[in-house]
Amino acid sequence: MIPRSFEYSAPGTLNEAISLLQKLGPDAKILSGGQSLIPMMKLRLASPPHIIDINRIPDLDYVTEDGGVLRIGALVRESDLEHSDTVRSRFPILVDTTAVIADPLVRNQATVCGNLAHGDPANDHPATMLALGASVLAVGPAGDREIPVESFFPGLFTTALEPDEILKEIRIPIPPPGSGGAYLKLERKVGDYATAGVAVQITLDGVGACSRAGIGLTNVGFTPLKARKAEAFMIGKALDESTIRQASELAAGESQPTDDVRGSADYKRDLVRVLTARALNLALARAKGGA
Amino acid sequence: MTTINVKVNGAVHTADVEPRLLLVHFIREVLRLTGTHIGCDTSHCGACTVVVDGRAVKSCTVFAVQADGREVLTVEGLEQDGKLHPLQEGFFQEHGLQCGYCTPGMLMTGCAFLKSNPNPTEDEIRHAISGNLCRCTGYVNIVKAYQYASQKMREGGA
Repeated sequence: MIPRSFEYSAPGTLNEAISLLQKLGPDAKILSGGQSLIPMMKLRLASPPHIIDINRIPDLDYVTEDGGVLRIGALVRESDLEHSDTVRSRFPILVDTTAVIADPLVRNQATVCGNLAHGDPANDHPATMLALGASVLAVGPAGDREIPVESFFPGLFTTALEPDEILKEIRIPIPPPGSGGAYLKLERKVGDYATAGVAVQITLDGVGACSRAGIGLTNVGFTPLKARKAEAFMIGKALDESTIRQASELAAGESQPTDDVRGSADYKRDLVRVLTARALNLALARAKGGA
Repeated sequence: MTTINVKVNGAVHTADVEPRLLLVHFIREVLRLTGTHIGCDTSHCGACTVVVDGRAVKSCTVFAVQADGREVLTVEGLEQDGKLHPLQEGFFQEHGLQCGYCTPGMLMTGCAFLKSNPNPTEDEIRHAISGNLCRCTGYVNIVKAYQYASQKMREGGA
């Protein structure tokens, strides 16, 4: 399978890339890891007349902690995240997530920021970033702006990025002590999109009650979903069996799956319930310092 | 057309290519190195795996222009001075193939993997090859071939 012809630019700086976007408008598409874009171009589901390859731009492959925030640069590959010491010790939820994306070879090339910028509700990082309360830094001709991930996905395959903006980094607030998170996904085989996936991030206060809760859902709606009712329900409560059961039922009710080859809507809704309960139990164990 | 310089198995190649040319087609049709196979052509099977700057990637899902200035290793580059790479020897000794179609990809994944993890567990090997499909279901012997190579490389310091 051969993509349609396109013009190719490989700018050496972000400013050059943004100038090209300004000039070319919607005719241009940014190439980072290319693990979603290139298959779509080969299948001719996408035929951008111009590709702007940002892989030659230096210093975009950072994973750093600074000012209480974890920053993930635009060219950080999934496998970099998976093997980052900072991520492994502080963010097991990110390791859970990256480890179930595609396969190790795709993860060597695919970028974490691209997983968000693609706007696909079947991608895994959006749910995790929703749970973590992350934001993205968009850079464009007018300067930088920070966009919360919860308002980054207005519709199917659509993001809040303007045509002349580039997603430069993901910003994740470092969770306070007593926090834990987990991402669980059911897939039919390695490399498949989620039948359903659930990301959970919680913080416990001094007496063991839940003081913050984030729940993100993968591939059970036209956009990545934030299970707000389930989150609100848990605040101030001890996460005992009954609370977890009720929260997971609320999350299932907030999912909006449709029937497809991966299962019926009813099956997926129930899967959200089961995965939410399991993810909450794992996140709880991690928050208490186990697992 | 775009001019690219790519070091493949130690030798620099210069070529004018269309930006849409995939790396696998550059390797097979421009350089005539047909050891790298095309399987599914949809980034699932891993038959086209090559090592670019030390990382194993699926060459059906990378443009040749992206390899400009990079170093590519293909299955043809594994043998050195008439001596098989320990992984090639492992596949031979442990009967790590039946039809052989997935083998170049399995070898290239293993080549990068054993550099970063010289003494893997069976579980780690199975995860490492989860992006390479073998339709002869020869995974048991492929895992053994990896283990053979891992031991040989640790003993021989290769």
